[in-house]
Amino acid sequence: MAIRVAYTGNGACAQAMRQVEPHMVAAYPITPQTEVVEEFAQFAADGKVKTKFLPVESEHSAMSACIGGAAAGGRVMTTTASQGLAYMWEMLFVASGLRLPIVMGVANRALSAPINIHGDHSDAMGARDSGWVQLYCKTVQEVYDTLIQAVRIAEHGDVHLPVMVCYDGFSVSHSLMDLEMLPEGQVKDFVGRFTPRHPLLDIANPVTYGPLALYDFYFEYKRQQVEAMANALDAINEVAEEFASLSGRRYSAVEHYRLDDAELALVSLGSTASTIEYTVDRLRDEGIAAGALRIRTFRPFPQDAIREALSPVKAVAVMDRAESLSGWGGPVGIEAKAAFYETETRPLLLDVVYGLGGRDVGIDGIREVFSELKKATDNGKVPEPVYYLGLRD
Amino acid sequence: MAVNLKKFTNKPELFTSGHRLCAGCGIATIVRQVLMAVENPVVISNATGCLEVGSTIYPYTSWKVPWIHSAFENSAATISGVETVYEALKEEGSVTEDIRFIAIGGDGGTYDIGLQALSGALERGHNFTYICYDNEAYMNTGMQRSSASAYGSWTTTTPLGKIGKGKAIRKKPLTDIVAAHRIPYVAQAAPGHWRDLMNKVQKALATEGPSFLNILQPCVPGWRIEPYVSMKVAKLAVETCYWPLYEVENGVYRVTVKPKEKKPLTEYLELQGRFRHLLAEEQRPLLDELHAEVDTAWEELLAKSSPAETKTAE
Repeated sequence: MAIRVAYTGNGACAQAMRQVEPHMVAAYPITPQTEVVEEFAQFAADGKVKTKFLPVESEHSAMSACIGGAAAGGRVMTTTASQGLAYMWEMLFVASGLRLPIVMGVANRALSAPINIHGDHSDAMGARDSGWVQLYCKTVQEVYDTLIQAVRIAEHGDVHLPVMVCYDGFSVSHSLMDLEMLPEGQVKDFVGRFTPRHPLLDIANPVTYGPLALYDFYFEYKRQQVEAMANALDAINEVAEEFASLSGRRYSAVEHYRLDDAELALVSLGSTASTIEYTVDRLRDEGIAAGALRIRTFRPFPQDAIREALSPVKAVAVMDRAESLSGWGGPVGIEAKAAFYETETRPLLLDVVYGLGGRDVGIDGIREVFSELKKATDNGKVPEPVYYLGLRD
Repeated sequence: MAVNLKKFTNKPELFTSGHRLCAGCGIATIVRQVLMAVENPVVISNATGCLEVGSTIYPYTSWKVPWIHSAFENSAATISGVETVYEALKEEGSVTEDIRFIAIGGDGGTYDIGLQALSGALERGHNFTYICYDNEAYMNTGMQRSSASAYGSWTTTTPLGKIGKGKAIRKKPLTDIVAAHRIPYVAQAAPGHWRDLMNKVQKALATEGPSFLNILQPCVPGWRIEPYVSMKVAKLAVETCYWPLYEVENGVYRVTVKPKEKKPLTEYLELQGRFRHLLAEEQRPLLDELHAEVDTAWEELLAKSSPAETKTAE
């Protein structure tokens, strides 16, 4: 029997970690992820998990310990946010380069300076090219479901890469929402027993992890990572199908919302999708052919699915909750534009930077974006490539 | 725990020849001595540096023990994870061997950039031995100063010049800093005194909880020495009391090798290009300062060491 409870995103993350019960969780608390560390520490203190909880002195050491632990042959997890993720940055590449299936929850938060504790995607976007699979969650339920699936994706035979499960700071990390949990044993059965590849603790078969590879081998190493990342799309769908048969909740790399006959559409990551979907319904009531696409998997980037879904649409706004400071918009917008480079038909595309540092975006804001799209279709072009939603003059 | 040379030399080599370290490099000798002394299976985490670069050029490796390198500053944090998962897998029953854990870093990866990770791992009380090989500079890209570089020594970032007289700042007292963490076993060693070094390795690995060895490592290109004198230099460092051999067991200091006759510091310095400028007459004040510092440190060490425990030279 599934258990229905009310949980925050952080609580759901901690509960999923408890039910997976990895060998080790090494973590350092940082806003807005702190609750996960606290709750997991309590599970360990109460003897509810056999997991070794390692409260390290920094995020850099949290990821370093996870690397050591995963190489040793353990199933390991951590969580972080913002500056913590930035402080791990160097080690993110080591984790993926060593092909270690580490799972990490990230409660997305803005990066300094100026310091800001609230939700945006600049932390995870900064880590987008680190070789980690990146999944973005919309709700508390998704945090829970995705974290469990992430274990299987990371350890999938064709993938063997670390996975980041991203959820918006405060708007998901601290919001109480309805959560349906799987019965205890089911999660354990679903993730199965971890079979490590070449563990350090296999004393009879000593391995050298992380050697020096120069121009004669480094390139081939990286190419193999590229293939593993490409394989992740199939693995994500495969695991999602299996999870659906268990939970009744079905996920895919990109999610459509009233998109089939849409003329105007918004593309987003994370919790803003809920606001967009609500607004789409209102607009539909008013006779406007609005739709939405949510990118759940940002790494690997599902460009085929995005092209297929959006090519027939007249105008698309890509919602970017991070600035790439390229002078050319946010990271999602730029990648979405690149996805259409070789298509024959493509929509008018507007990059919308919004919500930085936790600035709220509501129904009015989403309506504003749709009306910008309407204007663009009327004029046959977007007025300027990047639109800053809700920015004061 | 007597160290038996015959027994050791009959053991299979765990650090193989054919590595790319310099001829006469002290770290190769140190690692051989360390691995000869181990009796349990060991897993090693190695910081970025000469040892890592010189022993693992893919697709080759010199290590016949499980080994991991993750980055420059996190050898201690990496082994924390390995050791923690070992505890979990042992409880689970999927690992049964009695394994020991060693983290290795150079002075740059230990005194400087890795100090935080080391301190964290010591505080958490992991069951591991940290080995710092101290060649008193950042070596694998040349000879830049580190916080372990000696007062007055020449490096490429403390060069000699119209004003520059070498490093104008004292060496960081890392062994004492580690001892201040009140871990059960801390020691200084040098590869010229192999019996002392191997005894300390065995003690460290037998310690429940964290242990630490700071090992002086002669560096041929950096110290501007000939390959064949590296062990001689290592011995002179001890005989001049430049690098005292001692241990701190549960807070009790003990000098493990007390030179019968303390040799003049200049005998140690004159062999090395990095110190040669100190021997010029006009640099006399600098030399005197370094000499005074070495003498003071030695006297302080003797004063805090348990005299009954202090051993004289091998």
